[in-house]
Amino acid sequence: MDLDVRYELDPQVALRPEPFGALAYHYGNRRLSFLRSPDIVSVVRSLGDHDSAADALRACDIDERRWPSFTKALATLEESAVIRSVDRAA
Amino acid sequence: MRLDEQMKAGLDAPICLTWELTYACNLACVHCLSSSGRRDPQELTTEECLSVVDQLRELQVFYVNIGGGEPMLRRDFFEIVSYATTTGVGVKFSTNGTYLDAAAATRFAAMDYLDIQISIDGATADVNDAVRGEGSFAAARRAMDHLAEAGFGPFKISLVVTRDNVDQLDDYLAMAEGYGAQLRVTRLRPAGRGADTWHRLHPTQSQQRQLYDWLVGRPDVLTGDSFFHLSAFGESLPGLNLCGAGRVVCLIDPIGDVYACPFVIHDEFRAGSVRDPGGFASVWRSSELFTSLREPSSPGACASCGSYDACQGGCMAAKFFVGLELDDPDPECVKGNAEPLLAALTPGGAPLPSPDHSRPGATPVVLGRKPVSI
Repeated sequence: MDLDVRYELDPQVALRPEPFGALAYHYGNRRLSFLRSPDIVSVVRSLGDHDSAADALRACDIDERRWPSFTKALATLEESAVIRSVDRAA
Repeated sequence: MRLDEQMKAGLDAPICLTWELTYACNLACVHCLSSSGRRDPQELTTEECLSVVDQLRELQVFYVNIGGGEPMLRRDFFEIVSYATTTGVGVKFSTNGTYLDAAAATRFAAMDYLDIQISIDGATADVNDAVRGEGSFAAARRAMDHLAEAGFGPFKISLVVTRDNVDQLDDYLAMAEGYGAQLRVTRLRPAGRGADTWHRLHPTQSQQRQLYDWLVGRPDVLTGDSFFHLSAFGESLPGLNLCGAGRVVCLIDPIGDVYACPFVIHDEFRAGSVRDPGGFASVWRSSELFTSLREPSSPGACASCGSYDACQGGCMAAKFFVGLELDDPDPECVKGNAEPLLAALTPGGAPLPSPDHSRPGATPVVLGRKPVSI
């Protein structure tokens, strides 16, 4: 997970708001993931609007002391293909 | 709040929703959860089915498990499935394979967001046909061959574990691997016609241990929420380790009635109907039954057992249909805690499944005798 890279929600993923955060379903690999806080949901939703994941964290007012846990959560979401890095050349 | 606590309190919409499209079935399996056979004249119309799909999409139910009966017997089956999968509601459907010919397989292979699950309850024809009826093994294998030839991709093979097929698990896995398919293993419940056959067919205590050890070593085998009662043996199996009924799971039956889960088609667990004003969403969100299922449950007779946190007391449906109280141990409690309770039950005292859609005279199999054709 590189915070300086631009990420986006995978186009095959749908997010469903839930009291704990959101459910994410990937229509391609059929995997269900849990976004376990409203903050991580906001970050994931805004990734595509920013040039880097770090910018998205800043835009969502995430305190830098919490960045390590967000980095870890985003890495897990990248592994399950909920989010993906965007090739700048594309 | 922890995630499992959140789930017990209920989600905004189900994660896993089963929709039985019809009670009509060409087979009459002895363990059928919905006692299927005859089509119910009150079955949802095509228009009503498409409206259910619309409602599920609005609730962001990502996919629906379609079953029956034999869902392919509905004339509008392809219409309903195409409508769902092309508008954002993925479909996984279960079939006995009888009507899955080469043409159907080719149509399915061209569709996105579609999973197919073929039911087969023995790795050999004799074991399978004793439960599902003569010729059903061959029909299921033909359907698998058609899917493979059509290039459908990885379909699923689904089996209900019984006393007679638990020793065939390795053969099943080999069958699945031969097709590049995924194996799905589910629990025999004493529901529907299974209420009559469960006592003779459910795995013995030593077979439950055997099953648990087999599953622990094979995390790629799908189990859904089937076997959380086995978690009392030690580590939890992958999947949902709690009773999801009315919390994250529910069932819509062919006439639109909504039940807490696929294993409790009984008036006592009927929450409402998609035909009620407010439709499915209002049943899910505010029915009295679902509201009560989301309240904290008492461990009851299991309170003094050290394994309650692991197994959560087991399956509500299994308890109900054998005649136990809902806060008693699961009838297949791996610690043997249900045995004295089961021994003390009055014969014939268990609740009868309701309603019964079996075709008169069509029950194909008498256990212990040679299967007869239907």
